[in-house]
Amino acid sequence: MNQLIEFRLDGVVCMGQKGQYIVDAASDNNIYIPTLCNIPGIKPRGACRICSVRVNGKLMTACTTPVSEGMDIESKSADIEDLRKAIIELLFTEGNHFCPACERSGNCELQALAYRYQMLVPRFKFQFSKRTVEASHPKLIKDHDRCILCKRCIRAIKDEKGRSIFAFGKRGHQVEINIDTKLSKNMTDEQALEAAEICPVGAILKKEQGFKDPIGQRKYDNEPIGSDIENLALQ
Amino acid sequence: MGQKLTIEPVTRVEGHGKVTIHLDDDNNVVQTRLHIVEFRGFERFIQGRPYWEAPVLVQRLCGICPVSHHLAAAKALDVIVGTGSEGLTPTGEKMRRLMHYGQMFQSHALHFFHLVSPDLLFGINARPEKRNVIEVAKEFKELAVQGVMMRKFGQEIIRATAGKKIHGTGAIPGGINKNLSIEERDFFVKGKDPLNIDKMIEWSQDALNLFKGYHKENRELVDTFAAFPSHHLSIVRKDGALDFYHGVLRAVDAKGDKILHDVDYQNYLDYIGEEVKNWSYMKFPFLKNLGTKNGWYRVGPLARLNTCDFIPSPLAQKEFEEFKAYTNGKPNNMSMHMHWARLIETLHAAEVMRDLLNDTDLQGRDLVTKGKKISEGVGVIEAPRGTLFHHYRIDKNDLISMCNLIVSTTNNNEPMNRAVRHVADAMISGQKSIKEGMLNAVEVAIRAYDPCLSCATHALGKMPLEISLYDKNENLLDLKTN
Repeated sequence: MNQLIEFRLDGVVCMGQKGQYIVDAASDNNIYIPTLCNIPGIKPRGACRICSVRVNGKLMTACTTPVSEGMDIESKSADIEDLRKAIIELLFTEGNHFCPACERSGNCELQALAYRYQMLVPRFKFQFSKRTVEASHPKLIKDHDRCILCKRCIRAIKDEKGRSIFAFGKRGHQVEINIDTKLSKNMTDEQALEAAEICPVGAILKKEQGFKDPIGQRKYDNEPIGSDIENLALQ
Repeated sequence: MGQKLTIEPVTRVEGHGKVTIHLDDDNNVVQTRLHIVEFRGFERFIQGRPYWEAPVLVQRLCGICPVSHHLAAAKALDVIVGTGSEGLTPTGEKMRRLMHYGQMFQSHALHFFHLVSPDLLFGINARPEKRNVIEVAKEFKELAVQGVMMRKFGQEIIRATAGKKIHGTGAIPGGINKNLSIEERDFFVKGKDPLNIDKMIEWSQDALNLFKGYHKENRELVDTFAAFPSHHLSIVRKDGALDFYHGVLRAVDAKGDKILHDVDYQNYLDYIGEEVKNWSYMKFPFLKNLGTKNGWYRVGPLARLNTCDFIPSPLAQKEFEEFKAYTNGKPNNMSMHMHWARLIETLHAAEVMRDLLNDTDLQGRDLVTKGKKISEGVGVIEAPRGTLFHHYRIDKNDLISMCNLIVSTTNNNEPMNRAVRHVADAMISGQKSIKEGMLNAVEVAIRAYDPCLSCATHALGKMPLEISLYDKNENLLDLKTN
């Protein structure tokens, strides 16, 4: 039986299960902590740092840090919120994100976070990185301009033997997502769609699916990201 | 000493351009040019993108009639995905038609009420501070409200079909991504006054009557101002009807003889060429069989009513008959009659919207069809300003490898230059002094074509137009801007 523990999040007394990650425990208490690289049910990596919280005075990633009895967590203080906004701005300026023509617009988690954090003009210079579009795979397109290197595809999309179909290629600032052509040879349409949907941005696209969701019916058209969690608290 | 007049920027048009008029020592006009000074780029940076992105990306070259680009691109991609130009489901095609006719309605309303009405209501020679839509709103409040609400109605139609009033995503290769709900339909059919389709038809007739009244009182001006013979080109439905969405390419000469015989636009390159001149970013299209010198033609409302045989809606057809009777059934070559033609089209668009809104196919659920994919497709549509060509090629990986756009205003490049020359000859040549009203007359001629200079150069940027005056030695003497 899971052991219940008590912790404080932004001064609110919450209940969680021992060993549960902060981000999940917060969600169970109807409190939203933003994430990008995290995928529920898959081992977290703490890669994007967007879920940063202050635990007992120290910055930690909420997706990789388990809650413990009496833990005091700060999530919504001004400096932490600004740190998250800065991370979003960094991602926008480091890649080439043209939301107006992107088929993930409205379903994109990065875009949704930018709206939630009211990002206007980024404080950082645009890098205008030279990236490519790779479309030789029969079912998928990789648009490296949009990739935020969150590794969600590497961690989530596996073949029948549990081997990752995606992997990092190249090194340093040139690192990018690769598709294993052998392992992905027999990829089904469902797997291709799953790969596209696991991507938080529009870096992995299933071919010939673009813009099938009408405006108004896309994931974040009507409510900001995180509303599904926060709305439960209002009920 | 000779002079060079420069009008920069030309105002109350979409886009940025300037006019130069060269005068000799006796102030006789020796040369006129409409320069389009914006930067182009869309044809290049769409290359390397997935083909299904084109309808959403390329429409960004305009904020006034993006629907035209959205649909022209989608039609080209229909061909590529094997649906063909006429293979859409009834819901797919009718939703797109509703989107397009909504756009024609709003764009024509914008042009007539916001851009042109100041010239008609206050006169070409009125003071510049008087010749604007704000003054129209002050003195003709009811008319201004009609203009705003008609545009709003069209924009709401676009929102309901494309998802957004500007830069929606409704049309996808092979069809559409949504149908029209009963609630959305009722908003337009049973909407509270004035936002319902019956009121829009009534107001379209009012606007038409306003122009006809102006014509009656200013017959000589309207009939002679920038009037010159030309060829006319548009798409028409296969049976010769006016059709903004789909058809075959037809061109007639100034006497009404067909010079392009209802050809399939997939082969447009066999019939149409584009000439480049070193003083403008806008190309000069021409009919290949007539060559660069004689092959130029007009597009837009006037051309459409000159090429089609009839209008398939009763009220507009009645107006069309009156319009045709005015020139004894022959092509109408009077630039100012462009406004007349545009308002007949506005009425037609309203009638078509009414019929479509009452069509239950719009509530259908079969939205997309696809067939065998090919690597190349052409989409042509009648945009508010005229015939619009989109041509794409894709590579084996589904990325766009070539894009060619011939935009409506580009087709009207030579006619607009001719119109400028006509007005300059008639109103400026030989005059002892150049008055502001004369320069506005040049703008009035350009404005009749409702040019969209941003679209025409596929540009990234700036809007307004300007006029300047140079001497024989190219010294700038005067500059008029807004």
